[in-house]
Formats: sequence, structure tokens, C-alpha cells
Amino acid sequence: MTNTQTRRSFLTQVGCCLAASPLVTPVALAAAPGDKRLVVIILRGAMDGLDVVRPLGDRDFAALRPNVNMGDALPLNDFFGLHPGLAGLHPLWAKGELGFVHATSTPYRDKRSHFDGQDLLEAGIGPGGAIRDGWLNRALSLMPGTQLRTGFAVGGEDALLMHGDAPVSTWAPDAVLTLSTQSKRLLGRMYHDAPLFAAAMDEAVDLAGTLQAGGGDIETYGEMREAMGNAMQATAKGSTAEKLAQFTAERLLEDTRIASFSLGGWDTHNGQARALRKPLAEFERAILTLRDGLGPAAWGQTAVLAMTEFGRTARENGSQGTDHGTAGAMVLAGGAVRGGMVHGDWPGLANAQLYKERDLMPTSDLRAHAGTALAGLFGLAKSDLEAHIFPGLDMSAAPGILR
Amino acid sequence: MRFNPQIAATRFGTGLGPTAVFAGDAGGVLASLDDDMAGRFPIGHMVDHADYLSKYRDLAKARRKGEDGAREAQKALRIAMKDRSQDWFRATLARQVAAPVGFHERLSLFWTDHFTVEGKQAVYRPLVATFTEDAIQPHITGRFADMLKAVVTHPIMLHYLDQFASVGEGSVVGQQAGKGLNENLAREVLELHTLGVGGSYTQTDVREFAKLLAGFRYDGKGGAVYRARRASPGAEVILGKAYGDDTPRVEDVYQALEDIAAHPDTARHLAWKLAVHFVADRPDPELVAHIAAAYLRSGGDLMACYEALLEHPAAWAPEAQKVRRPIEFITASLRALGITPKAIMAAETRIVMQSVVVPMRMMGQPWERPPGPDGWPEDAGHWITPQGLAARLQWAMTVPAAITNPLPDPRNFARTALGDLIDSDTDFAARAAATRWEGVGLVLASPRFQMR
Repeated sequence: MTNTQTRRSFLTQVGCCLAASPLVTPVALAAAPGDKRLVVIILRGAMDGLDVVRPLGDRDFAALRPNVNMGDALPLNDFFGLHPGLAGLHPLWAKGELGFVHATSTPYRDKRSHFDGQDLLEAGIGPGGAIRDGWLNRALSLMPGTQLRTGFAVGGEDALLMHGDAPVSTWAPDAVLTLSTQSKRLLGRMYHDAPLFAAAMDEAVDLAGTLQAGGGDIETYGEMREAMGNAMQATAKGSTAEKLAQFTAERLLEDTRIASFSLGGWDTHNGQARALRKPLAEFERAILTLRDGLGPAAWGQTAVLAMTEFGRTARENGSQGTDHGTAGAMVLAGGAVRGGMVHGDWPGLANAQLYKERDLMPTSDLRAHAGTALAGLFGLAKSDLEAHIFPGLDMSAAPGILR
Repeated sequence: MRFNPQIAATRFGTGLGPTAVFAGDAGGVLASLDDDMAGRFPIGHMVDHADYLSKYRDLAKARRKGEDGAREAQKALRIAMKDRSQDWFRATLARQVAAPVGFHERLSLFWTDHFTVEGKQAVYRPLVATFTEDAIQPHITGRFADMLKAVVTHPIMLHYLDQFASVGEGSVVGQQAGKGLNENLAREVLELHTLGVGGSYTQTDVREFAKLLAGFRYDGKGGAVYRARRASPGAEVILGKAYGDDTPRVEDVYQALEDIAAHPDTARHLAWKLAVHFVADRPDPELVAHIAAAYLRSGGDLMACYEALLEHPAAWAPEAQKVRRPIEFITASLRALGITPKAIMAAETRIVMQSVVVPMRMMGQPWERPPGPDGWPEDAGHWITPQGLAARLQWAMTVPAAITNPLPDPRNFARTALGDLIDSDTDFAARAAATRWEGVGLVLASPRFQMR
């Protein structure tokens, strides 16, 4: 029986009763832990790291990709170039606020399923481990002085990354709470003796009220119905990157220190040059919105880590796309990261250097970089990172990705 | 704390409403398990839809070869299958709304959640409902060991927990193809489905059980087939008992499942799960012990467990201690509003999406997309979050008026939805609301309705 299992069974027995709800009983009254901020963006669908951060100096690269890599790359250093779809982020590179880790991956190998790959990425465990909670939630549970708002899962999905025993906030920028003044009063009366409901409603009114659109009072059924309809449409489609990032920046200026959201659209099996345009534009918009929304002071204390479940095949396929691969790139942004660099060892792209003669060979465990960020930003101990947050991880060789 | 027909209908059934039939005692609740809902609102079986999977795969192959029309044919097939699965979702809702008591439907949700599966690829997703129909429904009132055997050999479970990918160490196929063991299903059966996380098993038991389980393949016809050439030569020792010999046999797998099901840790784990789901996030230990004893005494007979649950005074605590999950909240609301099963079966897909599917996602329970093999969380705090509650409030205020014409008088509706369980604050809110839609919404949003 491992330690994790013992701890879990203890928590299972204790359960969660109403009185112990984090909404009702604040976990701690201390201020949020420090000024450092971490944003984790999950890029769902497997981003092609070899297209986004192109190893132009590798002599085998051009032959592997005759058709898929659109346009001329923007220069990063004498070896790598940036996808032109991220031109808006290029100025950040020169300022040291944009960097990458290349040839990195989770410990997931061979099966190349989005579903399993994302589960492992978010659970932060090795293959064969039990999928129960997310590594960001475990990190929060080991940080002193956290409150409900310290960790914020933005976007409404119950993402595994933030799921677990530590209390976190969740809210979608498109969620609405529109009630008439009288209904609010009557609800307050009904919830008076139901603290869990009362606290959730207070928090919801607060969050909905902080948004320009959506929140507030309404008096007619038509208005109510319209608000609900808009929220449903947004839920069905997913919020735009700009809304997610704007909402995230607002939270980070308040009590939130760890936030996460997801961006999709990276599964480019066909016509990659065209298919990558939209997800790249959305991603660029998300980073720039975070920077602008946070302002220079908070941006200077922020590290953004954008990661994906796995990379894509080194060779393009028969439909001008790429298929599921292994290693890929991780994007670093913010004033707290050591930018202007592509971190990691380059494995080469000659056939014998590829993983299974097909994919970019991983030269680092993606979790080590996330661990480095958690240690540097929030002072989490290496022993906790290697035993509890990322069980079985060896962080000893991880490069310093923070300033 | 004694039997109350209205608590029976809410805590153990699918709620009050114009069509609810009240059981007179605990025996009546048990007797209600024998109903004809599955016959009235049919859901498909995996074997009847195996041709969809094989056709889909053939078309995928044709598409890769660039054959004309393969893409369109594949799309048409996918849409047709999706339509069928949407009908099955309507049937799932209709059963909960139409059932006289609804204990059977609640147990169906409970056991489906206990044995959580998910379609890991788009092609499997429309088939997930067949898992409940094939492996859960036939055994709800039977022996747990039989349900366990049906679950562990169902293609949806075998695919979800990677058992199809598992090849036995030292097996013919393993040696030829260099493939190996996958422990996923073995571990989850012991940790989640039977003994429980605190149960008396070790990693060695997980490994040995995984070796024993290796050998199942999809049979191409909607079932699983056991192939000795993929299985490890025995014997495997699990929880101190040896199974099999040099010749792998599926009977050894079944025997191990029987023995694991009969283990006292399994009795305790299942008793605890039933008590947590139906009664309280932190159930009375005596209630758990009482159900576990019935399980062991009866040789794992589930009816004996339900009887033990319903006869214990702790099950009838007057205060509601559980928050209704989104699926329970929505079907209880439909039931209270008097939406007929016929209307549900005839509802346009657009209406089902707007009134049920998308709102469930907003409330945190996207249908058939559970967070992991451990299923949906039980604790109240997980569901009554700012976002979760906002979605429930928004639903309560808007959806009833969109699907009910005319809306009931809120004062009467409060009585229909809550019966004698109504409290003075909810009664006041129903009377004080400025409009019908707000009055109905407030009743549905009340803690009395949200909890059971």
C-alpha cells in the first residue's frame, strides 16, 4: 500500500460534510501566498511542436516537412524559428518574456490516444498510475495559506488538472446568474439555514457581478431566457480565448495565484497549414490578453506554461498534416520565466534519432519543468514535488526555466 | 426515525410528482423494483449494434485508401448511430420520470456510476448506454458477483480500462509480438469495484490479477472472447489463493471474480458506497455494518442489501443530507412539472439539448463524460459550487416555462414538488414570488428540492 493510497482512504472516510465545505469554512484567513502567479494552459488535441518552434538548423528537418510548415518562420536564434502565426508574440521573445522547452513530453508512450494522454498530463503521474486528481490540485494542497480563490479553474469544465481534495474556484466567463431583486431576496431567505447554498450563491453573485455582461438584475422572463440562451450557446461552443484570458487576468489581480484553462483545435491531421491558423491566433490572443490584463507589475511576477498531451509525427502524412507523436514543445511566457531561450537538449531528427523512427525523441519529462515552476514560484519542496505532486519524477536535470 | 412514503420517494426514488405512486412501507419500495420500464422505454444492446462498429472501421479503412464516398458514408453512419443514442438518452430520462417509485432507476444510475465507463474514442461514445443495459440492468436485483462478471467481460469496460491491450506475460502472443501486460482494469476492479482502496490487497495481487485477466479480445460481434494464446500460463495467486495452471481457462477468471466478490472487504466497500450515495456523505457506521452483514449472510445478494438499507432507522433520518446530482435534479423537476414520458420520447433533439444536455454540462455533470473511473463525486460541496448552483438556478427559472404551458400556480406546485416535506421559507417564497416562472423556479431552487 503506498502513501498516496493511505492518504486517499483517510480522506474518503472523512468525506466532506456541509460544515466542512470550503465555501462555508474558509480554509485560512491569511493573504494569498506571495505575489507570484502561475497560469497553466492545456493545449488540447496535441500541438505540433515541430511546426510552432521549428528546428530550422537541423539538417533533416526540411526533408521531413515539405508541405505542412506554412510560411517563413520568424527568427528565434540561430537554430530555431517561430511559426508566423504567432508573429504577435515575437516581440516578447526579444524582451525575454517568451521562451520554450523543446523535445519534452509526459511519460506517456506509444498508445498516442488524446484521452489517455490528456489524463496523464493533467494527473501528472506515470503510465499505470491511478487517475484520481490533478497535479495543480495536489500542489495547492501542499501550499500554506491558500484560500478558495487561490486556485481557479477557468472555463467551467471540471478539468482533471484542478480536480481534487484541495478547494478551488471554478467559473466560466460565460456563466450567468441573472435574478430579479425579489428572487434574490427570497433565495436569501430560503438559504439562510443552508450555509452551503448561501455561500455558493454569494460567491456566484460576486463572480457574475464582476463581469461586464451577463451578471446583474433582470425583471422579465424574456431577459432571463435570453441570458440563459447566451450562456448555453457559449457552453456548447466554449468560451473564446480572449474571454478566458481576460477573466483569468482579473482573478490573478485579486486573490488568485494559480489559474488554468484549456484551448483546443490542435489536432491537425489534415491541411495543417490552414488548420493551425485559428488555434495559433487564439493562443496568441490569450497570451497578449493576459499580459495586457495583468499590467506590467503583475505580468512581471507571472509564469505562463502552455502544455499539450503529446507532440506530432516528425514526418508529415499523406494529407498535408501530421499524426499523433511523442515529444513536442512547451511554451513559456510572462515576466517570471527565463525567456529568449529554447530550453532542453535537442535530440536530432535523423531517422535513428527519432523515437521509434517516427516521433521527436523526448529528452526531458514535461513534469520536471512544471515542478521547477512550482518550486520557484511558490517554494514547494523538491521532495514533495517528486513524491506527491509528480510521483516518481526525477527533477535533478531540469533546466532553470524561471528568471 | 421511521419509514415515510415521501422521504422514500425522494431519497430512494426519482421524486414526487403527479404520477408518483407511494410505497406503503419498505417492502413496497423493494416490490417496486419489479417494473416494466426497460420494456416500455427500450435501450439497445451491444450485440445488436456491433455491425455499426465493423462498418465504421471498414469505412475508415476505405477512407484512408481514398475511396470515393467513404467519407460521406462514414459521416452518415455516425449520425444515424448518434440519433439512436439520443433516443436511448430520452429513454433513460423517460424511465426516471415514468417509474412509479423510481428506486430501480436510481439503482441503475448508482451501479452504472460504481462501474464507471466512458467511450474513449468518438466511435464508442454512442454505445456507452448499452453497457448499462447489458451488464447492469439484468443484475440490479441479483447477485453482485454476476454483475461483476458481466461488467468485467463487457467490451465497453474492456476497452475503457485498456484490457483489450493487455497481453499475458509468457503467452504465445506476448512472446511473438513483444506485447505486455496492462494493469489498469485489474487495479480498478480491486480498488474501486470490489475491495475498495483501503482493502487488504497489495500491488502483487494487482499484478497477479492482471496476469489472470489477460486474454480477452473483442469478438467482432459485440462481445468479448477469451483467447488462451494471449493469456499468461498460471497459476496466479490472488489474495492468497492460486488460480489456474499451465493451460489458461476463462473459468479461472470467473472463479477469481466470485472469490473477490465474496470477500468481507467487498461487502464493507459496497455497503459504504450504498449508504453514502443514498443516505449521507458521512453515513452512520452502524448502517454500513448492517448492509455489509446482509451482503455476507446472503452470499452477495443485492436484494438483501437493499432490504438492509431500507430497514435501518438511519435511512429514514428526517433531514435530507444529500444533494441531488444534476441528472437527479433535472428528472425530479420534470416529474414534478408533470412532463409526460411520451413528451420526453417525442421531444426534438434541439429541445433535449437545450433543456437537459447543455444544462447538465453547466451544472458539472456532462452526461456519459465522467471525470474518471471513480465516477461522479458524492459530496455536496462538489455540486453546490458558485458555478454549479448558478446553473441550477438559471435552469429552475427558465426551462420550466419553456417546456410547460401553462406553468402551474407556484403555491400548488410547491405542494406537488415537496409534499409534506415543504418548509415555511419555501412556502413563503412560492407565495411571495412576483411571477409564476419565478415562483416555480424558487421552489425548484429551494434546499428542500435540491436535497433528498
